[in-house]
Amino acid sequence: MAETSTRPGAPWSLSSPALLLFVGILLVPLLLTAVLSFNAFDGMRGIQPGYTWANYAEILGDSYYHEIFIRTGLMALGVTALCVLAGVPETLILARMRAPWRGLFLIVILGPLLISVVVRTLGWSILLGNQGTLNSALQSLGIIDEPLRFLFSMLGVVIALTHVFLPFMVIAVWSALQKLDSQVEHAGRSLGATSVTAFLRIVFPQLLPGVLSGSIIVFALAASAFATPSIIGGRRVKVVATATYDEFLNSLNWPLGAAIAVLLLLANIAVIVGCNRMLERRFKQVFSA
Amino acid sequence: MSFLSLRSLTKTYGGDAQVVRGLDLDVERGEFVSLLGPSGCGKTTTLQMVAGFAVPTAGRVFLDGVDITEMRPEKRDMGLVFQGYALFPHMTVADNVGFGLEMRKLARPESAKRIDEALEMVRLGGLGKRYPSELSGGQRQRVAIARALAIRPQVLLLDEPMSNLDAKLRGEMHVELRALQRQLGITTILVTHDQVEAMTMSDRIAVMSQGKIAQLGTPFDVYDRPASGFASSFLGQTNVIAGRVTEMREHCSIVQAGPCSLRIPHTGSTEQAISGEVGVYLRPERLRLAPAGEGNLAGRVKTRLFLGNLWLYEVDSVLGKLRLTSANLGDTLPEEGENVGLIWRDEDLRAISNERAHG
Repeated sequence: MAETSTRPGAPWSLSSPALLLFVGILLVPLLLTAVLSFNAFDGMRGIQPGYTWANYAEILGDSYYHEIFIRTGLMALGVTALCVLAGVPETLILARMRAPWRGLFLIVILGPLLISVVVRTLGWSILLGNQGTLNSALQSLGIIDEPLRFLFSMLGVVIALTHVFLPFMVIAVWSALQKLDSQVEHAGRSLGATSVTAFLRIVFPQLLPGVLSGSIIVFALAASAFATPSIIGGRRVKVVATATYDEFLNSLNWPLGAAIAVLLLLANIAVIVGCNRMLERRFKQVFSA
Repeated sequence: MSFLSLRSLTKTYGGDAQVVRGLDLDVERGEFVSLLGPSGCGKTTTLQMVAGFAVPTAGRVFLDGVDITEMRPEKRDMGLVFQGYALFPHMTVADNVGFGLEMRKLARPESAKRIDEALEMVRLGGLGKRYPSELSGGQRQRVAIARALAIRPQVLLLDEPMSNLDAKLRGEMHVELRALQRQLGITTILVTHDQVEAMTMSDRIAVMSQGKIAQLGTPFDVYDRPASGFASSFLGQTNVIAGRVTEMREHCSIVQAGPCSLRIPHTGSTEQAISGEVGVYLRPERLRLAPAGEGNLAGRVKTRLFLGNLWLYEVDSVLGKLRLTSANLGDTLPEEGENVGLIWRDEDLRAISNERAHG
């Protein structure tokens, strides 16, 4: 360790390429967006330099934006809930599979990450349309008379987003499952727990940290998702990300768009940090074990 | 029928790999029996069939006269201690120990009393509020034992419970666990590959090899009167001398090994007819050094190693390389390269026919 003391600047200089990249492509644009959000906007003259809270006041005071933020939050919550409901059993089944199948299904599950969001979403819109595969199938089976409205509805957006983000949940639960001592379930059974009780009382609590960290990732990604809500939801299901896009490119009110973006970022950070704190306090024992 | 009885138990995985092959074992109430063998001999699979985590391909398991072969593990009332302890990391020590009582729907005050009792028993009183991650390896081991004992199981099953402890702690736990088992009078089956562990704790040892019991007996019998070459060489060390039976007399057999002829007295208990090619087994501690020119055989010291309480010798002789140990009593002992004599008593020789040697 003597070398490091002779050159105190070494860690910084060694990590400078990565740091510069990080500062250049993330921090600087973010900072510029934050600065932009305090500029004034005039319909005739465009962006005015200066410093004003007017954009924030407009968003926080307008029920139109409240609705968008609440809708985004509910959408992200719904996607997260569906990812937990589908992802946890999926991972458990995957973990019990044998050699060729496990790898195969893991690729199937992680597949969505290999395809562009736009392509994936367009695929969903083919499936979910009024004359789409899903509606045709349901109608020909006689389950429904009228086509269900998936496109341009919250339902369709949530379904498509769940598919997109499920891999993140599976990966998070998978890593928690790998750390699990496979004998604890047997220990529970030998003490008189049925297999259901043993899962609920012994296995699942140890998977919870994985489920919660997966949930945080899914929630944050869903809340800021853009492509899927804009293609499947369209103008009808406006969320924060699409509202920001509209302000920037349709109304050309960049400062207001920037303010919405900053608020989304802050809300996301608040949710993530809050959950993380709770998680670390609640599951200190499981984490340190 | 004895308390726990395994009847021609067989387990086959994937069609042809027979892990356990027609195993019979009777365990009396309160007895401590060890299944001892190298890895892959089927001992853990046997334990899992007793615990209910593996279903036998054939054969039955009886507990107290009841056929429990198909019974689910949670109904069997058996306490298990696992190799990795398998404590529940998200529960306190008290909740770990109390889990089985909670599953039995025991009233809270009674359950609290039993938890304290169990923790006292393993000398962990007062640590109930800790989490497993805050305990040392030895303490975790004790929690696992307390958890298994708290439900007052009919049978205690131990699956290599000491293999994660260091040697000194392991030795202490052997004595302690054995005392506890005697005090509670609980029927116990231990699975281990550690012969010292099996010998210190067991009433009887079942030496397992290739899915079968090669020999079943008290630790003394199994060590001193091995029924097969496998049992002899797996428990402790032994010298093997190849020979051929040339003459059967009333009280002994004569075995010709190289230029020597060895007298092998017939032992009463493990009387077995030997004939043809045999292996003669001689424990290193029963072979002793003598001044050159004396004793049964002449040899030359090849290597000499100091083990603290013992000296380990390898001596070249006409019967091949023989190992012997000599207690470190402070005497002057032969150096490497010196000529020595070797002495043994005829009753220390065991002869086992070659066809039985691997049984």
